[in-house]
Amino acid sequence: MIIDQEITKIVKNKVGAIEFRMLSPKLIKKMAVVKVITPELYDADGYPVDGSLMDLKMGVIDPGLRCRTCGGKVNECPGHFGYIELARPVFHVRYIPLIYAFLRSTCSECGRLLLPQGEIEKWLEKLRKAEGDSAVRAGILKEILNKTKLIKKCPHCGAKQERVKLVKPYNFTEGNKKLTPIDVLERLKKVPDTDSELLGISPGAGRPEWMVLTVLPVPPVSVRPSITLESGERSEDDLTHKLSDIVRTNQRLYENLSAGAPEIIIEDLWDLLQYHVTTFFANNISQVPPARHRSGRPLKTLAERIKGKEGRFRRNLAGKRVNFSARTVISPDSQLAIDEVGVPEIIARELTVPERVTEWNLKQMKEYVKNGPDKYPSANYVITPDGKRKVISDETRDVILDELAPGYIVERHLKDGDIVLFNRQPSLHRMSIMAHKVRVLPYKTFRLNLCATIPYNADFDGDEMNLHVPQTEEARAEAELLVGVRHNIVTPRYGLPIIGAIQDQITGIYLLTKDEDNLISQEDAALLLAQVGVTELPKKPASKKGGKKYYTGRQIFSMILPEVDYIGRSKTCPKHPHCKDPNCKYAQVIIEKGVLKQGVIDVNAIGPEAPKGKLIQAVINRYGHKVAIEFIQKVALLGIAYLQMVGFTTSVTDTDLPEEALREIKETFDFAEKKIDGYIEEFREGKMRAYPGRTVRETLEFKIIEAINRARNKTGRIVERYLKQDNPTLIMAQSGSRGSLLNLSLMSASVGQLSLRGTRIRRGYRNRTLPHFKWGDVGPAAGGFVRHSYKGGLTPTEFFFNAITGRDTIMDTSMRTPKSGYLQRRLINALQDLKVEYDMTVRDASGRIVQFIYGGDGIDVAKSDNGKLLIPKEEVLK
Amino acid sequence: MTLPQSVEEQLKEMKEMFKLNKTQMEKLRKIAEKQYEKSLIEPGEAVGVVAAQSIGEPGTQLTLRTKLLAGAMEMTVTQGLPRLIEIFDARREPSTPTMTIFLKPSYATSEKKVEEIAFKILEIKLDDIVKSIDVDLLRMRVEVELDPEMLRKYKLREKDIQRIVSEEFKGYKITTGSYKINIKPKGEDVDIKQVYKLKVKLKALHVGGIKGIKQVLPMKQGDRWVIKTAGTNLRDILQLPEVDIENTVTNDIFEVLSVFGIEAAREMIIEETLNVLRNQGIEVDVRHIMLVADVMTYEGTIKGIGRYGVSGGKASVLARASFEVPLKHLFNAAVSGETDRLTSVVENVMINQPVPIGTGMVNLKVEKKEDKK
Repeated sequence: MIIDQEITKIVKNKVGAIEFRMLSPKLIKKMAVVKVITPELYDADGYPVDGSLMDLKMGVIDPGLRCRTCGGKVNECPGHFGYIELARPVFHVRYIPLIYAFLRSTCSECGRLLLPQGEIEKWLEKLRKAEGDSAVRAGILKEILNKTKLIKKCPHCGAKQERVKLVKPYNFTEGNKKLTPIDVLERLKKVPDTDSELLGISPGAGRPEWMVLTVLPVPPVSVRPSITLESGERSEDDLTHKLSDIVRTNQRLYENLSAGAPEIIIEDLWDLLQYHVTTFFANNISQVPPARHRSGRPLKTLAERIKGKEGRFRRNLAGKRVNFSARTVISPDSQLAIDEVGVPEIIARELTVPERVTEWNLKQMKEYVKNGPDKYPSANYVITPDGKRKVISDETRDVILDELAPGYIVERHLKDGDIVLFNRQPSLHRMSIMAHKVRVLPYKTFRLNLCATIPYNADFDGDEMNLHVPQTEEARAEAELLVGVRHNIVTPRYGLPIIGAIQDQITGIYLLTKDEDNLISQEDAALLLAQVGVTELPKKPASKKGGKKYYTGRQIFSMILPEVDYIGRSKTCPKHPHCKDPNCKYAQVIIEKGVLKQGVIDVNAIGPEAPKGKLIQAVINRYGHKVAIEFIQKVALLGIAYLQMVGFTTSVTDTDLPEEALREIKETFDFAEKKIDGYIEEFREGKMRAYPGRTVRETLEFKIIEAINRARNKTGRIVERYLKQDNPTLIMAQSGSRGSLLNLSLMSASVGQLSLRGTRIRRGYRNRTLPHFKWGDVGPAAGGFVRHSYKGGLTPTEFFFNAITGRDTIMDTSMRTPKSGYLQRRLINALQDLKVEYDMTVRDASGRIVQFIYGGDGIDVAKSDNGKLLIPKEEVLK
Repeated sequence: MTLPQSVEEQLKEMKEMFKLNKTQMEKLRKIAEKQYEKSLIEPGEAVGVVAAQSIGEPGTQLTLRTKLLAGAMEMTVTQGLPRLIEIFDARREPSTPTMTIFLKPSYATSEKKVEEIAFKILEIKLDDIVKSIDVDLLRMRVEVELDPEMLRKYKLREKDIQRIVSEEFKGYKITTGSYKINIKPKGEDVDIKQVYKLKVKLKALHVGGIKGIKQVLPMKQGDRWVIKTAGTNLRDILQLPEVDIENTVTNDIFEVLSVFGIEAAREMIIEETLNVLRNQGIEVDVRHIMLVADVMTYEGTIKGIGRYGVSGGKASVLARASFEVPLKHLFNAAVSGETDRLTSVVENVMINQPVPIGTGMVNLKVEKKEDKK
């Protein structure tokens, strides 16, 4: 019984299709409930006048009043159309181009298309064949138009054709005679359906004469609600203003017509009516002055309501406002699970989840109701089985408590463990919205785990995020199983984890596992593992000294490892500081049955983003997403815990270099500069030989750049050589947690050559970049070479050049964001309907095949290993 | 079970890398088959949106202009975001057309040889080989003085130039002298304008090389000699005996379309897109780019991503209207009596119905008890 009721409720009628047709005058009258004749809106009492634009038959906007057509109240009555009978016909602006086409291509006498009957039939056949393909249709129509528009004599009745011209914006002349809308209306009436089809109006879609308006539909009041200001004064909607202009002009035209006024006055009024009707449809037609509000602001009429980003389509139809959502600032909380979100209690009390009362949860539900509006956890509303919604307040509480029984729905507060959707804009990819589990917390910010910031691209410098509460069982199931954080560890962009340990977490794990003889006392080991939630120590201590047990860092790391096999490579070789061997065996990481046997764990194993996170990938493949997400969390916690234990600080002293390093750097640059001086000398004397396909000047430029680059690379190596291995900044670079060696050498050795638009800096003054240089100076310094380091300090000219490129970068970024945003919108729009069908083909919305099998092999990138089939090589090699 | 080609190749690679024996290979195949079934895409997956996001999301990381100093010698080619937009827009001509011409090993023996070929390809206009082109207002004619040095450089003969000029300007009064050509327009009453026009025409006169190749740059790529060019002319370049047809490419996708057809153009779109992304160090799976390329080409012509291409050609009125210029689409729909069948995503979003994609694709029918009776 209950199920039957439910089904009736759920299975609703669906919209199957939407047809688009032209409105005929007859239909306009038929769908209208009132003929609008008076421009006055309200009578002396402020009550809407009958037959005015505010007629109560067209719907209500004032609370308390009822619609005179359907009897509904404000939010019940959908509104009803009215109509205005125009005293004289006027053109519909948007149809002007089509009317023009009709006038040029049909006979002024008989109304036939200016083609012989045989050809008409031929074209008809062609056009009907192209049915459904709008591009081909448009091509055929254009061809017909071009063929007929200049024909001088009607092939049907032999009448001579005068040339029709369009005088913009909406007047037509035939020869020297002006064509009034009445003339046009009469001519269009004569065009037979078949001929009008060849000019673009499909049979059944409408008649050409409908493009000339004789009656005007008046949109319902609910479309153009007036607002009452504080002073009690009414302010009407722009559309109402425009409509009242039309009604007023129309009435005057009627009066003058019946009074037999002179032709000039009639003409003027007619023109005015045309203007008002035109601007009612669109208020930014070229050569038509926009209708303005009293304040001088242009009115926003029908076309403006629909168009653009703020228009009906993009603002209200393609995206909608929702309930059950919250937004606030985010802050970090490393103690939360990665797939949790901390929700402030005040928000949890506002957002509700509808829960059906059953025998089994009755007690709990009653508890919620009993707690009343001021406590947490409680409920805000109950819905009775007959669909009534009741607020829970101190007054209603007891009554509701009594009647609450299975079948009721309680809208209870959000509580721990509820599934919610979490989102940060801009939502550039699907991981920008993920499902988290709720943890209700004090204070007023959303909290999230640091590892979850990467997919959202979030930081905590004031970022805000949105939260949505799914309201149905289906929605929750989908959210958890498809949108859940753990199901989105691997990005579909390239098939590797996008969630992993970051920054200090990596540094910590790196330091922990770097040396195989990194011994940690039993107490420390217990402390570390306890922070990760591991309550056991490794089975065998690595060594015993003075009666104390010691464990290696790798042993401790192995404690949080699931039992996986993994062979990978670390970013740098932990054994030799300057190891350049790409096959160095110390850079190999071997994990056997969940024990780290060899190598160091760094970004390549546990970091997010390509081509990293291979270890996480291995865990996902072996144990699935749940274990993986827990593993990432443990890695993060352990990394932080260890780093806190050993201490880790970066400071300016990291960039200090010994005297001899500085001297070497100086020598390198001196040597390079000397060499460049030589090149310039050679160039000046005209002895330089050009590279093939290049001018001598270009060749010089290349040589200079090459020399500078070589010198800079050399200084980079010098820096690397002189840095101590315990330099924290270097550790960060080597573990891949943050920064790079380049960053370090920018600070300590030299900034190097600045580049502006792909070249050295060349712009500036006449023949020189800055007035500090001599005319024609093409040397390194004048081209934006910064010899000093950021720490050492830049010279004024260097500083200035640095500012030039800095500014250029800012410009670049600010131009790029909107450009790439638009590209994204276009891509999404073009591809949004593509889906995989049950036969594994990829098809568009019309069912046309785009790919016979997705990607050529049907592999889902998100389930792949960096785009390739995920084959655990460790398993094969066993 | 048959595995797709890509997986077979992967298996082969693994076989070589780990030197697997027969039993190991069998084991590998078994694992691969199991994994393949697990890795298959699921019906209903919104692959289009995923592809669009995968390409669009890193868009913010792409540079607008070249950031790095061009490593010594490279042709400056549009890259980064502008190039990406250019490819997806399906512009008729790339803003920096360029070719990479591979030479047959037998011809590319030395740098000197390659350079020679390069100069043979380079388009030479009359303007490139003259000392001066002047208008003689008194005699109402254009006087061209050839530069013998340039002629020698490009291996052109004076006679040939004279012949080309007289062929191109038939009926003009042409007098020639040593390294001099004087041309007077047709007719008696010669206007100054005509003479100046003639001068412009003369300057652009094609006298040697291959049309459209504005710059050549021989260079070594790996262990092979290639010629990079500014400007492209695939059809003519491929006629040359020295050119390795299989490897030579242009970045002009429409040119590839007209020379090799739609499949090659699709390959080119994929290749060029991958190149842009790779240059910027952005990883995007090929499958996404393939899908975009397929959408652009599956109708047999190249359609751009946007109002005038894919989005404008959709069957649904509302889908088109929701993208750009809604009014145009609505009025056209009314006039031609279109019907929107609501088969794609946006329309259903508009009318608050489940979208026919992903979990919304599934329909469930339940028989009601009353109906049975």
